[in-house]
Amino acid sequence: MKATKPDKQKIKSILASYQSDPGMLVPILQDVQAEYNYLPREALVQVGEGLGVPLSQVYSVASFFKAFSLKPRGRHLINVCLGTACHVRGAGRVLDEIERRLGVKSGETTKNMKYTLETVNCVGACALGPIVVIDGNYSGQMTGSKVKPLLESYK
Amino acid sequence: MAKKQQTSKRLNSVAALEALRKAIVASRDPDKPCITVCGGTGCLALGARDVIAGFKREIEKGGLEGKVSLKITGCPGFCEKGPLVVIKPEDILYQQVKAGDAAEIISETVKGNIVDRLLYVDPNTGKKTTYESDVPFYKKQKRLLLGSNSSIDPTVIEDYLALGGYAALGRALSGMTPEGIIDEVKKSGLRGRGGGGFPTGAKWETCRKAEGEKRYVICNCDEGDPGAFMDRSLMEGNPHSVLEGMIIGAYAVGSHEGYIYVRNEYPLAVKNAEIAIEQAEEYGLLGRNILGSGFDFSVKISRGGGAFVCGESTALMASLEGKVGEPRAKYVHTVEKGLWEQPTNLNNVETWANVPLIIKDGAGRYAKIGSEGSKGTKIFSLVGKINNTGLIEVPMGITLREIIYGIGGGIPEGKKFKAVQTGGPSGGCIPDSFLDLPVDFDQLDKAGSMMGSGGMIIMDENSCMVDIARYFINFLEGESCGKCLPCREGLKRMSQILTGITEGRGKDGDIDLLERLSATLVDCSLCALGSTAPNPVLTTLRYFRDEYEAHIKDKRCPAGVCKALVTYSIDEEKCPGCGLCAKACPVEAITDMGKKKPAILDKEKCIKCGACYDVCNLGAVIRK
Repeated sequence: MKATKPDKQKIKSILASYQSDPGMLVPILQDVQAEYNYLPREALVQVGEGLGVPLSQVYSVASFFKAFSLKPRGRHLINVCLGTACHVRGAGRVLDEIERRLGVKSGETTKNMKYTLETVNCVGACALGPIVVIDGNYSGQMTGSKVKPLLESYK
Repeated sequence: MAKKQQTSKRLNSVAALEALRKAIVASRDPDKPCITVCGGTGCLALGARDVIAGFKREIEKGGLEGKVSLKITGCPGFCEKGPLVVIKPEDILYQQVKAGDAAEIISETVKGNIVDRLLYVDPNTGKKTTYESDVPFYKKQKRLLLGSNSSIDPTVIEDYLALGGYAALGRALSGMTPEGIIDEVKKSGLRGRGGGGFPTGAKWETCRKAEGEKRYVICNCDEGDPGAFMDRSLMEGNPHSVLEGMIIGAYAVGSHEGYIYVRNEYPLAVKNAEIAIEQAEEYGLLGRNILGSGFDFSVKISRGGGAFVCGESTALMASLEGKVGEPRAKYVHTVEKGLWEQPTNLNNVETWANVPLIIKDGAGRYAKIGSEGSKGTKIFSLVGKINNTGLIEVPMGITLREIIYGIGGGIPEGKKFKAVQTGGPSGGCIPDSFLDLPVDFDQLDKAGSMMGSGGMIIMDENSCMVDIARYFINFLEGESCGKCLPCREGLKRMSQILTGITEGRGKDGDIDLLERLSATLVDCSLCALGSTAPNPVLTTLRYFRDEYEAHIKDKRCPAGVCKALVTYSIDEEKCPGCGLCAKACPVEAITDMGKKKPAILDKEKCIKCGACYDVCNLGAVIRK
């Protein structure tokens, strides 16, 4: 289980691993997110203070990049690739089916905090499209009818 | 022995590098069978991890470490048939290998035999092919960059050294002046592979001459073009070739600090680049006093945050400074004032990987490959509705026809080719009348598209060109950073209009409005994202205007893609009542009436997902 409350010591060590270089704000936030699944407010404050960067700048970066989430995410992160190659092979229908089954739209988390559904522009495995990535595992050549068994394989 | 291992691996001269290379080559038995398994993202997604584990288990079980070796390599390109296994030194290709095949492959390989059932069969001729180089997919390529991917374990620098790696760096540092290197790159005719096609040598020269306290070099591996993955593959599969190019470039422009900006969506590329930097530092190929030449250069990795606009140089640099990735107007070019306001030379992964080839073999030899205005090879990702999907590397100037039919093996299921989309979201769609177009920077521009980073998405008769235009405009609308008005508001309006057309709300004047908005974006946007954004609309309007008109006037989608304009029904004469469609339907809109009785589709319940259409092989589901 990942920690839910940000641990000051942990963030301190992330900052230290980048020598508190303000130019490394994006990778630092990535490491923080890898730790907590999202970017908790307290963590953003601490990162800003540690780097000597105003909170407004930390927030603008955290809200600009698509990879960051300011809300807690579910236990399983589903990323549907909507890259061009996946799109022409019917990724939209796969996304529709996942949305229908989970009852959430892209960018949302199911009420039971089990799944967060997001889309990604391309994961670079275009030859196998449409691709769905769940918790870092790739499933290629997806179709609407493969959605149900795939989701069920994540408890 | 123990003492020797502790001594530094540092190479203090070019002679030491060459001696090491000789020692590595001498320590390897060229005749020992080596099983190479592709460990690229594509093959991993297809289960290569299990295959690798299977080989490891079998080798251990049989105590065969001395008889056969195992190597996990980067991506050789033929993702369609993965997981791929190649047996060296003969280059026997096994495709779609499963973990269960490991035992047989090993026992037969040790005996010098071939496992017939895993060979590639050409679907067009039915012929079996034993060797990798005879497979039609590879045969027509010229793989100067990708070719080594299948011989190199990207996490082992010695593999790169054994193939002549870092020899170009040795040559550059020992016998060439920075100006001499720039000259060589200029003569080679190398143009930037990231999209713009700007002459690389000229860029380096401007950067070298620009005034500043420090200079930076950056490798752009923020491959944002959806549908393109050659940079990922190079960085994953042969990171040292990119590093070597960067070190040579840094020496040429006079830089001591470099960055690799890589997409966080490419975890394996990040990891392999990190390992490569560490190993190059150990050997003294990076860091202080490289190869005893007195030249210092270090490289840091920065991971992107998933913003397409960060592939744009000024936005990328803003992001490297820890700011929001917004571009700025380029009255002053980044080669003069880039990262931290200092002269900065940014090139894309593939461009950097070409540099060692030019320096090692000379510009003359390099410039012999390609077309008049575009030299060398280009890697394309051949994807979409094509039989052989994957990465291909071809000489510039090859025709689209050779790529699509010669290498790609044509369109699946005998369908008709409709268009190829090149240049990423801001590229264009090229119709079949251009099949004999030689592919290079200038010819693609002329056709209204562009090279971009090399995505080539093939579309067939079932692809709707209005939907494709809507897709790209939606994509770009989402990725527009919002700084300048024409891009922010213009794309929003274009997206609304296109969505309206695809949903049956198109009206007279829409096309005209799209064209006017496009002109505004081209003329007035701050950066290339906005000024090239209308390309997908403009090219589809130019070549496929009839499809727009069918949507607007007849409220019909000829390709059967746009949901709102499509209805599904059952052809009662063709339906044998097999029930497959009823099973596939996720909303129980189809009732299976039993054998020999046609199924019944309830249009009220139908969500138009197309699942029934996909499963029916008899054409009994009608989509209109």
